[in-house]
Amino acid sequence: MKRRMSKATVSSLSNYGLIIAIFIIVQICSAAGVLTNQIEGLLIPVCIYVIAAISLNLVVGISGELSLGHAGFMCVGAFSSALFSRLMEDALPTGPRFFIAIVIGALVAAFFGFLIGIPVLRLRGDYLAIVTLAFGEIIKNLLNIVYLGRDENGLHLARNAGGLQMSAEGDTIIKGAQGISGTPRDSSFLVGIILILVTLFIVQNIINSRTGRAIMAIRDNRIAAESIGINVTKYKLLAFTVSAALAGVAGALYSHNLSSLTVSRFDYNMSILILVYVVLGGIGSIKGSIIATVILYVLPEMLRFLQDYRMLIYAIVLIAMMLFNWSPASIAWRERIKEKFKRNKTKGVS
Amino acid sequence: MKMKKILGLSLAAAMALSLGACGDSASSSNSASGSGNTGTSADSGETAEGGTLKIGGIGPLTGDNAAYGLAVQRGAQIAVDEINAEGGINGMTVEFSMEDDVSDAETSVNAYNSLKDWGMQMLLGTVTSAPCIAVVAETADDNMFQLTPSGTAVECLGDAGNAFRVCFSDPSQGTASADYISENSLGENIGIIYNSSDPYSTGIYENFVSEATSLGMSIVAEEAFTDDSKSDFSVQLQKCQDAGADLLFLPIYYQEASLILQQASNMGFAPSFFGVDGMDGVLTVENFDTSLAEGVMLLTPFAANSEDENVQAFVSAYQEQYGETPIQFAADAYDGIYAIKLAAEQAGITADMSASDICDAMKTAMTEIELVGVTGTIRWTEDGEPDKEPMAVVIENGEYVTM
Repeated sequence: MKRRMSKATVSSLSNYGLIIAIFIIVQICSAAGVLTNQIEGLLIPVCIYVIAAISLNLVVGISGELSLGHAGFMCVGAFSSALFSRLMEDALPTGPRFFIAIVIGALVAAFFGFLIGIPVLRLRGDYLAIVTLAFGEIIKNLLNIVYLGRDENGLHLARNAGGLQMSAEGDTIIKGAQGISGTPRDSSFLVGIILILVTLFIVQNIINSRTGRAIMAIRDNRIAAESIGINVTKYKLLAFTVSAALAGVAGALYSHNLSSLTVSRFDYNMSILILVYVVLGGIGSIKGSIIATVILYVLPEMLRFLQDYRMLIYAIVLIAMMLFNWSPASIAWRERIKEKFKRNKTKGVS
Repeated sequence: MKMKKILGLSLAAAMALSLGACGDSASSSNSASGSGNTGTSADSGETAEGGTLKIGGIGPLTGDNAAYGLAVQRGAQIAVDEINAEGGINGMTVEFSMEDDVSDAETSVNAYNSLKDWGMQMLLGTVTSAPCIAVVAETADDNMFQLTPSGTAVECLGDAGNAFRVCFSDPSQGTASADYISENSLGENIGIIYNSSDPYSTGIYENFVSEATSLGMSIVAEEAFTDDSKSDFSVQLQKCQDAGADLLFLPIYYQEASLILQQASNMGFAPSFFGVDGMDGVLTVENFDTSLAEGVMLLTPFAANSEDENVQAFVSAYQEQYGETPIQFAADAYDGIYAIKLAAEQAGITADMSASDICDAMKTAMTEIELVGVTGTIRWTEDGEPDKEPMAVVIENGEYVTM
């Protein structure tokens, strides 16, 4: 009884395999002591951006909408989860606290995704991109003026530090532009890998389900999809909300990796950075997103020996990679090489 | 189909290989960067027989805050060159390598990790506050000695006792400014313009307000701007003028301050201006009419035209090498390296000690030294704060004059 696996299943399974293989290789290297501090320090950030890129791919690749507000959702997830962890630092043991913090990050980001999605998804293409960009900026500016403190009388919320009116023992947790500092650093590579696998599981199951096909039908031809009774708003909102929730997970991982969290990091540059990962990896290709993220995140760190030219070279490499991957001429060239390779191989066999 | 699978597999293999390869190559590339950076210093101190002491630096060398990171790099390099020329620290040649963090916490931690691979034994950094808070958590874990030249936020020093700073903290600057204004009755009605998206600015602002309130000073306007809107200040200035402010407190960096001075003068609003150490550098802004800065008061530990011999020597060395007048960040870094030298001599640090042992020895030694530096005479307390006198200067005829 041998059942042939579908193409989609094979592709999904190979993605899990890829992540697990990376994990095992890193563990072996780590045990053998060949990992430098630099690489070890990059492991968790890579996980964060892989999750962010996969989740953005759900919107950009599968749903076909251009979103530039992904950093905004990460920001919301990062702040809500960090706030929870700071409040519950003494009340809960590390494991459950971090788990709940991640769930909270995901839920809050999903809530914002849903909220933003309702008006925003009425727009298409460029308009949607601009509105999501604006959303990211709103989140950034709002969090810049939020002050939240805790003392024995409970929580205080204000627009500036003076407005908190706390007692002397009070602890200011969110300090406007200074953000949240002292978040427990619970993130680890293992947790990052598990979260990537969970993200893959969610995204790939959506893609390969009736829901995913409906979303892609809307992407390919909205009118045709509507005419066969697909609820356009519902499916678009679903993709957008799930994507936001997963970005929230990435944010939670981010905020628990560094002990200082400031909102200025989550500006449109970060949204565009994640979009670059997705575009370079191939819009709609999950595996491509993973690989592109790993390479592009690690690259600028590996170029540190170039000193001041680091970011310049990084940009040039980026352009070169984009051209190599996506210019029609280079695609045709690669096809030719592939053909040659294939012909040689068949010749060799016969 | 089959092709795709092969492609996927080979890509996975390639990535795995590149990850592995990175592990091997990173250390060599890093040491290359170190020697490239410190070529000048090694030349001057080749005779030292006590090995090398590797001091790492982290700061923004590119991006918006690059001016501060570069100033720190240059100031520190001058001190390192001087020390090496005079035989190093305890006979050790000092190597200094600065890594870029774009003033971002995440990149800063990455930079810290690559410096560790380079073999860093002490850290001079980071330059800006938010990255410093992230890095200090790492240095506390590793028990690495850290001296930040210019991380002003309170949290920059952590709780582990391994971190010290050269500059004043935000609270001390805000509080000292309020005290100074009140003691010398510089203004009746105070207006404040600050950058609400900048931790440095808000930190000083908050402490200024709380001290001013407790001193019973009258604050008539508190106006904010953000990094996204820092070119037009007419609204904020108008509000301050309408509220009748006769002294404007500007806890901001000098680029914005120069615009504020310009725009206030254009609208005929002429209160007294009072700034903090970020205001240092206002006279160097290009195309800025420095006569507008006449009478501006600022609280800074460093004045480039001071009569002090150390300062004169430092400023002329800096001008000679880099063709510009050093700002306070450079001076902080210069003092930072000399503080490390004093403490290392006090503690008897040798090049073969591990970073953790160095840290333990330095922690005690730092509290025992007294540095006569270019930013004043400094002693350090156990919690890492510098104990030095803030100095208020006023700009007269395009120069700082001590008040």
